[in-house]
Amino acid sequence: MIFSENWVRQWIKLKLDTAALVECLTMAGLEVDSVAPAGPALEQVVVGRITGVTPHPQAVNLQVCAVMLGGRKSLDIVCGAPNARVGLNAPVALPGAILPAGRMIESRAIHGVMSNGMLCSAQELNLGDEAGGLLEFDADARPGQTVHDYLDLGDKVITIDLTPNRGDCLSIVGIARELAVLTGGRLKQAELPGWPDEGEAHIAIAIDSPEHCPRYVGRVMKGINRAGRTPCWMRERLRRCGIRPINPVVDVTNYVMLEIGQPMHAFDLDCLNQRIIVRQAKPGEALDLLDGSSQTLRADTLVIADDAGAIALAGIMGGSASAISAQTDSIVLESAFFSPATQAGQARHYGLHTDSSHRFERGVDPELPMIASGYATSLLKGIVGGTPGPMVEAVHPDCLPKRRPVEVRRVRIDKLLGIRLPKPRINKILSRVGAQVQFTDATWRVTPPSYRFDIDIECDLIEELARVHGYDKFPAATPRLDLGHLDAEEATLNPVRLKQALVDRGFHEAITYSFVDPQIQDRLYPESASITLQNPLAPAQSVMRISLWPGLLQVLSTNLNRQHRRVRLFEVGKTFHPENGETREIERLSGIVSGSPWPEQWGAKARDADFYDVKSDVEALFTLTGVPETFSFHPVERPGLHPGQSSEIQLNGKSVGSMGQLHPELQRYFDISQSVFLFELDLAAIKYRKMPNYRGISKFPAIRRDLAVVVDEGIPARNVLNSIQNTVGENLTNLELFDVYRREGIDSKRKSLAFSLTLQSYSRTLIDSEVDMIIDRVLNELRDKYGAELRT
Amino acid sequence: MSDLPTQELNNIVEEIRGAVANSDSLGSLEQLRVEFLGKRGRLTQQLKRIGTLPMAQRPDFGLAVNAAKLQAEELINARRAVLTDQSIIRRLKAENIDVTLSGRGNRPGGLHPLTRTLERLGEIFQKMGFDTADGPEIEDDFHNFEALNIPPNHPARAMHDTFYVGESALLRTHTSPVQIRYMRKHAPPIRVIAPGRVYRCDSDQTHTPMFHQIEGLAVDRDISFADLKGVLTSFLRAFFETELNIRLRPSYFPFTEPSAEVDISCVFCEGSGCRVCKQSGWLEVLGCGMVHPRVYEHVGIDAEQYTGYAFGLGVERLTMLRYGVDDLRLFFENDLSFLKQF
Repeated sequence: MIFSENWVRQWIKLKLDTAALVECLTMAGLEVDSVAPAGPALEQVVVGRITGVTPHPQAVNLQVCAVMLGGRKSLDIVCGAPNARVGLNAPVALPGAILPAGRMIESRAIHGVMSNGMLCSAQELNLGDEAGGLLEFDADARPGQTVHDYLDLGDKVITIDLTPNRGDCLSIVGIARELAVLTGGRLKQAELPGWPDEGEAHIAIAIDSPEHCPRYVGRVMKGINRAGRTPCWMRERLRRCGIRPINPVVDVTNYVMLEIGQPMHAFDLDCLNQRIIVRQAKPGEALDLLDGSSQTLRADTLVIADDAGAIALAGIMGGSASAISAQTDSIVLESAFFSPATQAGQARHYGLHTDSSHRFERGVDPELPMIASGYATSLLKGIVGGTPGPMVEAVHPDCLPKRRPVEVRRVRIDKLLGIRLPKPRINKILSRVGAQVQFTDATWRVTPPSYRFDIDIECDLIEELARVHGYDKFPAATPRLDLGHLDAEEATLNPVRLKQALVDRGFHEAITYSFVDPQIQDRLYPESASITLQNPLAPAQSVMRISLWPGLLQVLSTNLNRQHRRVRLFEVGKTFHPENGETREIERLSGIVSGSPWPEQWGAKARDADFYDVKSDVEALFTLTGVPETFSFHPVERPGLHPGQSSEIQLNGKSVGSMGQLHPELQRYFDISQSVFLFELDLAAIKYRKMPNYRGISKFPAIRRDLAVVVDEGIPARNVLNSIQNTVGENLTNLELFDVYRREGIDSKRKSLAFSLTLQSYSRTLIDSEVDMIIDRVLNELRDKYGAELRT
Repeated sequence: MSDLPTQELNNIVEEIRGAVANSDSLGSLEQLRVEFLGKRGRLTQQLKRIGTLPMAQRPDFGLAVNAAKLQAEELINARRAVLTDQSIIRRLKAENIDVTLSGRGNRPGGLHPLTRTLERLGEIFQKMGFDTADGPEIEDDFHNFEALNIPPNHPARAMHDTFYVGESALLRTHTSPVQIRYMRKHAPPIRVIAPGRVYRCDSDQTHTPMFHQIEGLAVDRDISFADLKGVLTSFLRAFFETELNIRLRPSYFPFTEPSAEVDISCVFCEGSGCRVCKQSGWLEVLGCGMVHPRVYEHVGIDAEQYTGYAFGLGVERLTMLRYGVDDLRLFFENDLSFLKQF
């Protein structure tokens, strides 16, 4: 809502200056967004009256105007404007004036004739966008007066962000009314002028849908003056409030809407067929609108129609066929009440948003239509004359919004606000807010005024009390601390601990959008379904991710393009999976690695990270669970990953993630020149940690034996480790695979694996011969199972 | 009595003195020790001559040999001490390094700045006794709007540009639906926060289609607007680590009443007016209010018995203010040049 400060001040006497007014509105919930001057300062620009016009002797398109500036002062000014005429009052920039665009006015000869200033258009003075002729002032403008004073350009234009509950403030009167509540001031004007009927002409009105339109007022005005011009002051006010002047009839309807809040419409009477009907649209009914669009109407849309068909979208926009034009001779003025529930969402459905729909959706005072009709008539009479007929009101009182009294209890006020407002203070506030107030049994009964659609239940009134009293007057209570329940289970591994582990290993955390590019996702998961957004912002953000990889790959690509050669990133977030028409959301932790495993440094040779570098990052997470041995890696071929370097991760045999190298084809798709490794884990699998359970420390010495065996290349090391573990049993306190050796001295299809075994008993000292027997057993087992030979 | 054996002892000691002085390593010194004092060393051998001497000379000779051995040991020990010192000095010299070279190995990365803020806020609220709750990001119309007193076609819906994924399935536009889910499951007293991602289909300089909020909710028998003001003041001061001023302005949210926008005194100019606060001295940081009775109806809590407050804050907004980040979009570009600053 944009309004003129001085217009509001015309309605209410305020002791506040502009700054205080702004503060008062903002602190009452009518947040002031900006305050701007109504127009430029325009020094040395005055009202001039053209008293003579003679053709320029040298230039066909120019005239020489004699301009009177008050008293006996007169100047000759050369002018090319087509509307320059004797008797016209127009702005004159005197020599020395600087126009808003920076142009300095001087006396100078134009084609041999001295011009002592410049007659200006609205655009040249930054007072509108009309540039086709001089800005026309009213006949009663006083020559010589500065334009700044004449137009009251010292006025301020204030923009407020109104919340949707305060439709009642969408007018000058509404703001003034609100200020009266806040300051205790009184509105200056109790009633608006109307106009009695002068003729018989009227139009019949039929309301077919009274629940949607309980009141409709129509008034005919015949024989209006087509040459009438909207007075300058009215045009100026419209401009300040953000509305462009069009023609007197439309300007007056807009003016009334701005001033008192009743949206109005005017039809060309001669374009109407018989009568006005307010009804639901017929399915598929078509209507051409004022903005040039053609709409096919929905059956739940309310229209204004005549006997031939729809002529307006009720409360939103008129039709083009019955629009006011330069030829219009007679009009019908509409002012109606359309129910907010009916209006809700209608304009949006047709891609429209108008000053009218904005107000009707939020609620317009149902008592306004007659007043507005009369007021508009009185304004029009002064501009375009004509013969107004009687105001025809169609009304269904049962369907009008009820303003029933709302009760507010002392105890609820105290309880909700946490402050005890004195009773006189409550009385005062409620009597300003309400139309009627009664007090009995520690309860106030407040009947809200017809324009307050937001006061319906008790807490609406408590809010009014808090708001008018002032939120800043409330104390801040010391927070009450009660540790009712703590949700810090020790066995839950805080995801931040997991994140921190990766951070400590050189990773940065990324946060990417939950919607991704379907092309990338399909390449990684060609067989998995995903959820599609119905209204994505871009095709590359149109499906919900089923993995964090698509997002991380894009971030990797961005960073490589920005010359970061070493990228280690992880993300924790949800993935979204369609499942029998429902959605399953899974929390995941994923990472991407490319480039050197450590930062470039003097003490370590630069190389690219490989599978085992990244695996150790993943295993570090498993270690935090306290049960790393329950996780296992299994070779698997899957789309998107390098078939020889791809692994499924299992927890107790159940798949909980995967890791591997990005397939070289995809690497090429992303135009990445270095290897890329990815991992992804279900967060649920690593969110728990084993509770420690202390076991005594063995007092007996440990014995270490090293053992190297040669096995076929295809035998997974994990299997050999498991066999050793199982064969030795509980005395094996540590087992490490410390070397994998190929090449010299070994069959090319075989490899040597070297293990160190640490043996220790909890009950006695192990003797050498015993250990030798154990090692023999291990060797036999490995020979039987894997064809292993002892490497000598 | 012949002096001869004693004279020989003296000669050996003198010989040792010379050899020890010439010895230049712990190894050669050890050789000397073995040569003279070992089991078969020359001084040790002298003791064996004792049997060849007359009875009367024996005690004196024995004493003289022991004295010589003692003397020899002292010479060797003294020299050993000198050589040991020298060898440490040599080692120290050889092992001199450039301590200004950086250490070997990996260096830590960093958490995303939004996580950092979420963590700090989580800790602050935990200290104030708040639990943490979670909810789905793909929501239904009921939880995201209806139960929060935002019926279809409510003007407030226009402020939530919603992404739809189905008939009534949508990406939650705020974390407020978690309030509904939580209240349906838990009876008061309730004190909970719900951090998470939210979505609105809006993208420009100051909007990203995804961002983060933290929802706060407290419901109990006696919770008032003054309590809300108290909690917000405490948490904002703790978060910004300064005694900033806070200001509540009336506002409108369908699911709270009274509702308020919360401003803090500008953390950049301390309220005197700057570019960031648009010269107002205030920065809007969150919205809040007392839980609306219609919300209680939807979750089956008796509004006569219980009152409560709710608030929702933008994590990006607080992070930007805290670290001086001036472009929201940086959070989701994940450029390492940006991430490495946190």
